[in-house]
Amino acid sequence: MTTSTTLKPFTLADAGGAEYRFPRGRLALLCFVKEDCPTCRLSMPLLEAAHRGFGDMVDVWAIGQDTLGNAVLVEQYGLTVPVLDDDALGVSFAYDLDTVPSVFLVDGDGNTLRSFIGFGRDDWSELIDELATMTGLAVPLVDWEEYPESRPGCGSRSVEPVISERLVAEAAGSPLRARKIEIASGDDEHEFLFDQGLTDGLPAVPPTPERVLRMLSGTKRDAQEVVAIVPPNLAPATVEKVAINAVMAGCKAEYLPVVLAAVEAMCTDEFNIHGVSATTMGASPAMIVNGPIRERIGMNSGLGALGAGNRANATIGRAIRFVLRNVGGAKSGGTERSTLASPIKFTLAFAEWEERSPWNPYHVDHGFDPEDSVVTLFAATAGPTLVVDQTSTSARQMGGSIGLVMETLAHPRARGSQDTLLVLCPEHLDTITRDGWTKQQLLDRIQEVTSRPLRELMPDEDSGVGIRPEQFGPDGPTEEQLNQLMPKFANTDNIHLVVAGSDAGKFTSVFQGWSSGPRGSMVVSRKIEEA
Amino acid sequence: MCAMKILDPTDEREPIRRQLTPRPEHLTGTVGFLDISKPRGNVLLDRLEVLFTERLPNVEVRRYAKPTFTKPAPEDLRRKIAEECGFVIEALAD
Repeated sequence: MTTSTTLKPFTLADAGGAEYRFPRGRLALLCFVKEDCPTCRLSMPLLEAAHRGFGDMVDVWAIGQDTLGNAVLVEQYGLTVPVLDDDALGVSFAYDLDTVPSVFLVDGDGNTLRSFIGFGRDDWSELIDELATMTGLAVPLVDWEEYPESRPGCGSRSVEPVISERLVAEAAGSPLRARKIEIASGDDEHEFLFDQGLTDGLPAVPPTPERVLRMLSGTKRDAQEVVAIVPPNLAPATVEKVAINAVMAGCKAEYLPVVLAAVEAMCTDEFNIHGVSATTMGASPAMIVNGPIRERIGMNSGLGALGAGNRANATIGRAIRFVLRNVGGAKSGGTERSTLASPIKFTLAFAEWEERSPWNPYHVDHGFDPEDSVVTLFAATAGPTLVVDQTSTSARQMGGSIGLVMETLAHPRARGSQDTLLVLCPEHLDTITRDGWTKQQLLDRIQEVTSRPLRELMPDEDSGVGIRPEQFGPDGPTEEQLNQLMPKFANTDNIHLVVAGSDAGKFTSVFQGWSSGPRGSMVVSRKIEEA
Repeated sequence: MCAMKILDPTDEREPIRRQLTPRPEHLTGTVGFLDISKPRGNVLLDRLEVLFTERLPNVEVRRYAKPTFTKPAPEDLRRKIAEECGFVIEALAD
C-alpha cells in the first residue's frame, strides 16, 4: 500500500477496438500485465474473478503490454475481463512502471486507494475483501490455498532498453525537435537515405529517435542549443542536428563532444569552411585530436592512424562532413566544386601520439593545458604524401628530406601561400631527437633547405608557374632581389607538426594545405567540453 | 512490419518526402497503361482504352505489363515506360 497519487487519464482500446476511458467516475481496478510474465499469468484468474464479482460496479481492467500476448491470455484463461491494448506502452511509460503485474485500486477521480506490484496472496485477498466492502457485493469464491504466498513480478516492457529509449524519445518532454520522417515499411531505409541525398555515397546508420537520444547522452549541452551556423546555407546546427548526423556517421555517444567542438571550429570565420568546400582545388578538414579524450574514446594515434579500421577516427571525421553536407547543404556539384576532390572528403581524423614524443604536443604549443582535450582542424587539399627516408642518420639530414618533399607541395616553386600538416613518424622523430633537436630546430631546417633564390622560382620555359616578375615593378626584380632566398613557407608557424604512426617504419607524411591566412583558411583549435 | 521513423538530418528547409509530379491540365502525347498482372486488371485497362480512344483520339495509348504483381516493376520496364510515355495509368486492383 502506498500513499495516494492521482493516476493520469488515458484512453485505450481492447482487441475489438472498443475504447475505454479512464477515469470514468467510478471505482476501477487496473492491472498491468504482459503475457510472458509467470507472475502476471498467476494473477489472471484473480483479476477475472474480481471482474465477474464486481464488474457491475467497478471497472476491472487488465492492461496488456503486447497485442499478441493479450490474445494468448484471453484464450488461455477464458477471460471476460476487458484486456486493454497498451502495445505502444504509452500508458505503462506514463505510469512509470518498473514491474508487472502492477495493480491499482482507484477511486472515481483517479486517486489510488491501494496498489501493489508482483503477486501477494494477502494483497489480493485484502483487495477483494475491500472491493466487497465498498460495493456491498458478495466476495467471489477463491481457493487461496492454490496460490503461493508471494511471487516477484517481471520487468515492465516499458523499461526494456531499446523500448524505453523510444518511449522517452516520443514522450512530450522529449528533447528531440527535428522533423520526423517516416520510411514506409516496404522501403529499404538505406536506399531511402541514398535516394534523399543524405549520405556521402557510403551507407549511413538510420538516425532513429532512439539512436539520436542515445547519442545525446554523450553531452550535457541542451539539445536545442545552436552549436554553429553552418555554411553554405548558413543553417543553424543545434546539438540535436549534430547528434543526428553523428548517428548517421556511426559515432558512439562518447564521441559527440569531439564532433561538437569540431563543428564549432569548422564554422569559424578563420577556418572558412565555405571556401574550403567550394574551392575547385578540393579541400576538406583534416582533424587532429589532442589531450586525455584520445584514450578515453579509443582514437588511433599509432599504427595506421591515418587509415581505416578505427571507429572513432573514421566516424568523427565523417560526422563533421555529414553536418556540412546535410545541415550546411554543401554537396558535390552544388556549392562543392572540387575538380577532383580527394578521399579526405569522406573522413580524416586522428590523434597525436603525445606520449611518444619528447616535444610538447600540438595543443600545448598553441596555448592549451596538457590536460585539455582539443580538436584542431586543418584544411587539407592533398596528402598524405610520404617522406620516404630510410637512410638519413642525423637530424639535419632528416629535416632536409622532409623539407625537400614539402617543397613539392602544390608546386616546387609555390612559396608562402600555404600551410602544411606534418605527421612525423616515430622512427624519424627518433633520428631527429637523438641529436637533441627541438621542434623549432626541425621547422627552421625545413625553411632552410627549401630556401631558393628568387631567380629559380620564376616562370620559365619548363613551367609557367612561379613568382611573376611584374610583382617587383615594371622593371622586374633587381639583381639583389633575384638572389634573395625564399623559403617554402611564410613562417615556421605555417608548418603544423604532430607525431603519429607506428614504431616501425620510416615514413613521415605531409598534407598540403589550401590558401592560408585570413583570405583562405586558418588552422583552428577548440577545446572539447566533455560530458 | 512497422514503418521506421528517422529524424531529419538537414536544416529542414526542403521537403524530404517524395513529391507528386505536378499534374498538367491537358493530356497529350503518349499514355502508358501498366497492368501489374493482378487478375482482371486487363479488363479495367481494356475498358479505359476504349474510352480514351473515343474521347481523346489524339492521345496514343501503349500497353505494358509487369511480370508479376508481387515484385516491383523491373528496372528495364520502368525505363521503357519513362522513355516512351508522358503519363502512366496503373491498374492496381483485383
